[in-house]
Amino acid sequence: MAGGQERILRRRIRSVQATKKITRAMELIAASQIVRAQNRISAAAPYQHAVADALGCVLADSPVAGGRLVGVPDAPEKVMVLAVVADRGLCGGYNFSVLRAAERMVAAGSSSGQQYRLVTVGRKAVSYLRFRGQPVERSFTGFSDRPSFADARQVASVLTESFTAGEVDQVLVVSTRFLSAGTQVVETRQLLPMPLGASVRHEEPENRPLGFTELEPDGPELIEDLLPRYVEAAVYGSLLEAAASEHTARQRAMAAATENADELTKTLRRVMNRARQDSVTTEIMEIVGGAEALRQMSQSIEEI
Amino acid sequence: MATFPIRLLTPESVLMEEDAEAVFLRTVEGEIAFLAGHIPLVGAVAPGMVRVQHADGSEERAAVHGGFVRVDGDSVTIAAPVAELASQIDVERARRALEAAESDESVARAQARLDAAAAS
Repeated sequence: MAGGQERILRRRIRSVQATKKITRAMELIAASQIVRAQNRISAAAPYQHAVADALGCVLADSPVAGGRLVGVPDAPEKVMVLAVVADRGLCGGYNFSVLRAAERMVAAGSSSGQQYRLVTVGRKAVSYLRFRGQPVERSFTGFSDRPSFADARQVASVLTESFTAGEVDQVLVVSTRFLSAGTQVVETRQLLPMPLGASVRHEEPENRPLGFTELEPDGPELIEDLLPRYVEAAVYGSLLEAAASEHTARQRAMAAATENADELTKTLRRVMNRARQDSVTTEIMEIVGGAEALRQMSQSIEEI
Repeated sequence: MATFPIRLLTPESVLMEEDAEAVFLRTVEGEIAFLAGHIPLVGAVAPGMVRVQHADGSEERAAVHGGFVRVDGDSVTIAAPVAELASQIDVERARRALEAAESDESVARAQARLDAAAAS
């Protein structure tokens, strides 16, 4: 009986240790991906700034063409939301915190009469939102841990087309910003219209006269060409930061799981040792008891 | 002659970051050359070749597939969704792409690569 319990515990310890090997491997893989993802963020940054800068400069120079494309709309009626999460789980609260933020925003806006259209990146978004009965207009999957610029282009084209066709008044992105290896925050920011201050030089109090910058071709045409590039670059930046945050979240979650496995093994081993000791003690008791009984029996035979 | 900083950027990397004496490229409206002290400009770049002339007379070429050029202060920044330095271009692949190209745009792209590679 007691030996049976020992065997069960031994099996559990073995299974916990096998799990620990997996979580440890995932932790190491995630850690190595973080550095690569960080490098990709910093490699993409100059392009992103240059395009935002150029668009900001053109918009500042042609206020008429700018109109709908700049600033924060007071009461947008139709809003498109891009939510960026991971394809896989096992990364703590990473997916959930982004989706919860998006869901809250949609719920709040819908109650005040705004129309929301959801576009998502990441397999986890699809299953979560479908379960909640939240319709998703377009979903992209398969590249959350290593987004390429071509992926970003696909996503961006959906956003740009809806906006330029006038189907939506505002495009927002809910994603995780990678501020540093230690800090990542869920953030909602406006992609379109272009928020003021998105470009660095746009706000400089230089008060340049209009038309100071030469435009080739003219403003409206150039904007038509630049706007999609700006959205692509911004989406690409968001995807890269989300990927880096995903790897960081996964590394943290897996480190915790590995530690927990160690703890569990220790506890189980203690219980197992006690069970074995118990069974040994019981066995000795039985032997001593048996020997004593035999002795008493032979004594009583002699007495007769 | 005076030099100025030039940067060639793609979404994945910074391809070129150096000082140049002159930069030649084609916008959608035609050929254009930048020397130091050019007036501020934002232009849409046509698929084609970018030539960068250094102070020592050497020249570097790249194929760009669309994108933008921005001149501000005294620096030139070219941001292209796709760009390749002449030294990195696979001529065989570009030639095959040119043969297989069906649209005007893909012809222009392949031709731009070949031009940049042949000239270097």
